[in-house]
Amino acid sequence: MAGQTLYDKLWTQHLVTSRDDGSALIYIDRHLLHEVTSPQAFEGLRLAGRKPWRRDANLATPDHNVPTTLKERSAGNAGILDDVSRIQVETLDSNCESFDIEEFRINDERQGIVHVVGPEQGATLPGMTVVCGDSHTATHGAFAALSHGIGTSEVEHVLATQCLIAQKMKNMQVRVEGELGLGVTAKDIVLAVIGRIGTAGGTGYAIEFAGSAIRDLSMEGRMTICNMAIEAGARVGLVAVDDNTIEYLRGRPYAPSDAQWPAAVEAWRELVSDADAPFDKVVELDAADIEPQVTWGTSPEMVVNVSANVPDPAAAEDETVGRGMTRALEYMGLEAGQKITDITLDKIFIGSCTNSRIEDLREAAKVARGRKVADGIQLAMVVPGSGLVKRLAEAEGLDKIFIEAGFEWREPGCSMCLAMNADKLGAGERCASTSNRNFEGRQGYGGRTHLVSPAMAAAAAIEGHFVDVRDYDYAPSDALSA
Amino acid sequence: MKKFERLQGLVAPLDRANVDTDLIIPKQFLKSIKRTGFGPNLFDELRYLDEGYPGQDASQRPLNPEFVLNRPRYQGAEVLLARRNFGCGSSREHAPWALDDFGFRAVIAPSFADIFYNNSFKNGILLIPLAEETVERLFQETEANEGYRLDIDLAKQRVITSSGEEIPFDVDPFRKHCLLEGLDDIGLTLEQGGAIAEFESRHRAAQPWLFRDV
Repeated sequence: MAGQTLYDKLWTQHLVTSRDDGSALIYIDRHLLHEVTSPQAFEGLRLAGRKPWRRDANLATPDHNVPTTLKERSAGNAGILDDVSRIQVETLDSNCESFDIEEFRINDERQGIVHVVGPEQGATLPGMTVVCGDSHTATHGAFAALSHGIGTSEVEHVLATQCLIAQKMKNMQVRVEGELGLGVTAKDIVLAVIGRIGTAGGTGYAIEFAGSAIRDLSMEGRMTICNMAIEAGARVGLVAVDDNTIEYLRGRPYAPSDAQWPAAVEAWRELVSDADAPFDKVVELDAADIEPQVTWGTSPEMVVNVSANVPDPAAAEDETVGRGMTRALEYMGLEAGQKITDITLDKIFIGSCTNSRIEDLREAAKVARGRKVADGIQLAMVVPGSGLVKRLAEAEGLDKIFIEAGFEWREPGCSMCLAMNADKLGAGERCASTSNRNFEGRQGYGGRTHLVSPAMAAAAAIEGHFVDVRDYDYAPSDALSA
Repeated sequence: MKKFERLQGLVAPLDRANVDTDLIIPKQFLKSIKRTGFGPNLFDELRYLDEGYPGQDASQRPLNPEFVLNRPRYQGAEVLLARRNFGCGSSREHAPWALDDFGFRAVIAPSFADIFYNNSFKNGILLIPLAEETVERLFQETEANEGYRLDIDLAKQRVITSSGEEIPFDVDPFRKHCLLEGLDDIGLTLEQGGAIAEFESRHRAAQPWLFRDV
């Protein structure tokens, strides 16, 4: 018998029942909740007189609507000036209270972006199924947990039944071999993958990221990659368990107790694809070929090397693609053939569930240290992914580096990744952003988003336009001890 | 859930690939804690010339005359014809809620994003993937013929054109069953509560660290 992929193993381990028609019931170990996609689900439970099946499987935190400015934040929920936003956060609080679900509230130090919080707490473990009403739940696949986003009806279904009705996906392996160049990061890998396979390339697949370049990444780098699997159309991104995975989890609050640890580790070691496991599709990239990436359009697949020019719609593979490119150039206010490094920016956003962890902030701080944000930049902001990331960054002095350089140092939340709080782009404003989506209006009505790595965003802040961070004189390897 | 059996509906064409859920319903409208009322803000940034915000009186806003759904001939459309990878991006169920609230019962496109696909069926919206050439032909027919309607027969899995041509489509049997009967799938799953409890106790015994009681 042929071997099993990591995805096959996780699927089989969670299969409760399967029907002849191909649909199955899978058991959910961890359910993360935030304020935006849960209120209607709780309301549904209430109307049907149902209770959560297993309350301790759930963990909630508000993240999308929370203000990131200290003044507002200090006031707790009352500091959320937009009434509609405040009601949504208060609704999460009251739902968690009435259904007895653990929640890290707005000013709990453990609060943060739900996909930063789960792993940070050890609430995401290898071998789990993890769901959340949020497409970036793919992030947790970095821990060899079968993780994906669900809709609000499914949130209600998981609350009520601890299960999800699902269909098995196909298997794709994205193998990245070799060594990344200096200044090239996990973000550049995943943008390059999306550029290669397109935003629908992974539809219907669970993608396992493998190869020496992936094994060489830290857990945070792996999270960045799995986070954006959805931007390639795949609900699920996965990385096999190795020593990095296990070491990351040791001692975290929700990780197995000392007594359970050896058995857990033994089980986790099995969470790798068998050598002879068949994949329905394999995509290979050479890490050495990957340059820092910059998106130029309104879909994450509209991405090029920083050394390239804005592409020409006339050279598109078909008419539909060409029309999409033309529309994107118009929205973005760019011309075909323009050099990427000639694009000037108005705002800089370092944050989001893709790139707001401590290593991301360290990378950006290395570039910012001893420099000043360019005059043309109206706002450069750094938004840590959680209260704990913020505290650690401050202990390392990163906040001071950013503030001295002219960045704003903010409170944790989703912030300008999707602009549900007060942090947004104005019409026509152009932003270098470490987030995950450059859709029209995503960061604000009429706003223009370029997706990049944290180091690239910081360098763009300093220069006022995109630069190749590999040519940039900064401290690439050592920590920020100085 | 609303039943879907058969629909003879006016078709509106949205000629654009990779329509993401941010475009279907922008984030400012996700602050609502209700499931209804999203229709006036469907495709908000395409449909109006100003920036929308929650609680506005949509009837007072300037419409974008260029946008297809604002054209008189497509008023009352129930079938949306779209291009590849429709519904990509975020998991917001507000996207199908907005389509439903606006009046769409079915979407035809060459392909759909996975999460959007699930979310739509949970709300009684039928998504029909058809070959790219077929979709292209339907675009041409819709644009050439004012009042163009399609007859969608879910039981037989056929889209029937006004000339009587029958185009077969795929739909997974469980979703089809739920849609035809208008079934509440939480109720269906809870009928298997015994199997779930049994699985859970085996799972707990094998991997007790997954059950940290908080």
